[in-house]
Amino acid sequence: MDTNNLPHIETEKGSSSFKMIFTLAIAGLFSGFFLATTFIYTDPVIQNNKKEEMFAAVYEVLPGCKTIETLEFDGSTFHVLGENEISENPIFLGKDENGGFVGFAIPASEPGFQDLISALIGYDPNTDKVIGMKILDSKETPGLGDKIFKDEAFKTNFLDLDVSGTIEFAKKGQKNASNQIEGITGATISSKAVTNLLINSISSWKAPIKQYADGRN
Amino acid sequence: MEEIKPIEKRDSYEFLKGLWKENPVFVAVLGMCPALAVTNSATNAMAMGLASTFVLISSSALVSLFRKLIPKEVRITTYIVIIATFVTVIDFLMAAYAPDIHKALGAFIALIVVNCLILGRQEAFASKNSVWLSIVDAAGMGFGFTFALLCIGTIRELLGSGSLFGINLFGSTFEPWVVMILPPGGFFALGTLLLLFNWWKYKRKSMRHE
Repeated sequence: MDTNNLPHIETEKGSSSFKMIFTLAIAGLFSGFFLATTFIYTDPVIQNNKKEEMFAAVYEVLPGCKTIETLEFDGSTFHVLGENEISENPIFLGKDENGGFVGFAIPASEPGFQDLISALIGYDPNTDKVIGMKILDSKETPGLGDKIFKDEAFKTNFLDLDVSGTIEFAKKGQKNASNQIEGITGATISSKAVTNLLINSISSWKAPIKQYADGRN
Repeated sequence: MEEIKPIEKRDSYEFLKGLWKENPVFVAVLGMCPALAVTNSATNAMAMGLASTFVLISSSALVSLFRKLIPKEVRITTYIVIIATFVTVIDFLMAAYAPDIHKALGAFIALIVVNCLILGRQEAFASKNSVWLSIVDAAGMGFGFTFALLCIGTIRELLGSGSLFGINLFGSTFEPWVVMILPPGGFFALGTLLLLFNWWKYKRKSMRHE
């Protein structure tokens, strides 16, 4: 770039302040108009993508789920949200084809080795078990920490995990009870973070979910 | 505007220089941030290259079109407004129609704004040349950038994951070099390619002297 010869171009003939302000104002105006137009056309698609991605995850963590209701917690109880209502902190209720409860899908996040790990937990209040878990977003080290969503053995921890009492972390090969999560060798911090994520979200959601489920059953 | 070369010759020259002779990554060493950060797979590298090409071509066309109206004192600001607009447009479009790639590239799409390759072409070329030549130059530079990113991305994905564009090539017996898809792998791949490029240039130069 030849930026060196600029100063003497400027001294040749300065532009008026009006022209400068006018140019920037016009540029900003057109930019704003163009962006707003693009936003209007793409935003519904983006929101829909997010919803579909979330729903796909819900179907995955609640096996046998056929329909999904979106719920919102207001501090004391849950409300069912309509088709087009968007919630900041939704919780999903999965039902089978007869309308019976399959379970609740709870989004949760917890600091991992690199950044927040966010996940969706499938919880069945009737049996008090976690029946599925999917990592939605994480920046864990490729090849090590990313085993929390690539390692099949680790995933099986969450297909039938007893959460009626405490949830415990066990080293690889030392799992001997149904309330234990077997960690991953070489990804201890990441797999412990997932355990903490589960402990924290289950302990805070268990009571309101059970109360709500009993009320609806 | 002065035409140094016959017009049709100049077109191809302006296009081809970006691909090879003045390649933004291998020769000018511009745009290092995306070249290192998002080249951990060939797909990501290609998406980043094409997104930058789109921004480069549209900004160059617009800057060139208004080059006589933009006062010298505020030209950089105006260029940045134009570039940032197109970057945000491609950001929205990718989030809407290519959500997986958008997720993989993350903040680096927004960071195309500060890619000095793009501002550099506005300042060095589009602000002094006709719309058509600016588009040709931007396309050449954009594809040269994409080509360079793809080279780095291919090496890193092949060694780091044993695959190319997500297709497994080496089978399950291949132990991936995880370091290649981590940040240091970006430096290794880029360094090796720059070394090869410069060695080749040096060799050609010395051959011409003989």
